[in-house]
Amino acid sequence: MSLVQRGRWVTLVGLALLAGVYVRALVFTPVELHQGPAQKIFYVHVPAAWSAMLAMGLVGVASILYLLVKDARYDRFAAASAEVGTAFSLVMLTTGPIWAKPIWGTWWTWDARLTLTLFLFFLFLGYLLLRGAVTDVGLRARYSAVLGICGLVLLPFIHLSVYLFRTLHPMPIVLKPSAPSLPGVMLATLLFSVGVFTLLYVGFVMQRYGIGDRGEGGGTHA
Amino acid sequence: MADLFRHAWAIARKDLVLEFRTRTAIMSAAVFTALVLVVFNFGRDPTAIPTLTIAPSILWVTFSFAGMLALNRAFQLELENSALDGLLLAPISRFSLYLGKLAANLVFVATVETIGLLLFALFFDVPLQRIVGPLVGVIALATVGFIAVGTLFSAMVIRTRFAELMLPVLLLPFLIPPLVWAVQATGQLFAARPLSEVAGALKLLAAYDIVFVTLATLLFPATVDQ
Repeated sequence: MSLVQRGRWVTLVGLALLAGVYVRALVFTPVELHQGPAQKIFYVHVPAAWSAMLAMGLVGVASILYLLVKDARYDRFAAASAEVGTAFSLVMLTTGPIWAKPIWGTWWTWDARLTLTLFLFFLFLGYLLLRGAVTDVGLRARYSAVLGICGLVLLPFIHLSVYLFRTLHPMPIVLKPSAPSLPGVMLATLLFSVGVFTLLYVGFVMQRYGIGDRGEGGGTHA
Repeated sequence: MADLFRHAWAIARKDLVLEFRTRTAIMSAAVFTALVLVVFNFGRDPTAIPTLTIAPSILWVTFSFAGMLALNRAFQLELENSALDGLLLAPISRFSLYLGKLAANLVFVATVETIGLLLFALFFDVPLQRIVGPLVGVIALATVGFIAVGTLFSAMVIRTRFAELMLPVLLLPFLIPPLVWAVQATGQLFAARPLSEVAGALKLLAAYDIVFVTLATLLFPATVDQ
């Protein structure tokens, strides 16, 4: 079975489990006291953000590895991860405003985390545009690796640059120094969803990587 | 180490001599800066918004555009007659080549920014005498980080399609942190706040410069080596 086919199976399992996430979030998880049903979007928004961040982190790691060992597979993986990451950040950027309108009363605000994720999206777009604008395979791999590394280093700075202002975004409730303040049932649903989104990321990247393998398998890398 | 900077200086000197003998690019960049300032003057309602409120934004948007314009030309120069290949064959390290290009870009942008700052003070009647020292510090720190990344990227985009458009698309996200801190610091200076309030932004700008000058120097060889 080829990588693309295996990736397709992983994705199918992921999609089936995603249906499970919806059922669990809507039926078996209690409605949040203050936010009401709008809070349900949390179970899609946060895992999508997680997958997008994971994708960017792995683009950066693969870029460093590519420049160190010049193995074309790392470049192909980075390209696949960037494309999938773009899709996940789009999910994150659309679900966020849908939640924000009833809760904050505004679709968009220049809060630290919103700005960070918007620039995550811009970095993904720039990365893909750069790949599209270079025809030579080896040159493209090196250029995009340089951009991937710079992008990874930039994100903490963007976060820092807006963090100093007042922030509207809900504070972390799971990953924080003290114990998670999310009730157990909700936390279980969230973690289940994060797992499913990670599985979907893996499935998508496997397929995209497999297609890239077919398309440019014989390419020479400088 | 001494060779590194000697060679970098040779590269920078070559670029600057070329630049100040022809003067086409520097003149165009200066005129462009003046025109952007004029556009800003007519792009606002002076009776509704006091000048000082938007002065930091005017200054920094103008500098961002001018810097971007300057960066496009750094490696474009070397494409003619395959001059870049000659540079790469020269027995100097890639780090010297990058640092030389960076130094030349900084001098070029600093010249344009000086002209821009004077025109800005003239057009918008901003009293600069009192704060010129700290303001130059803010401008210098913000420009170094921005131009460091820009020099790295301009070496890449010259060999892509739509190079003039690609550079801003890749570079603008990297402009955000220095821009945020520079606008903040400039605003505080214009409002005659004590210098201690600006120190935080200056430290962050310096951190950004150190990180990105180092990173860009290390990554530059990957953009030119075959």
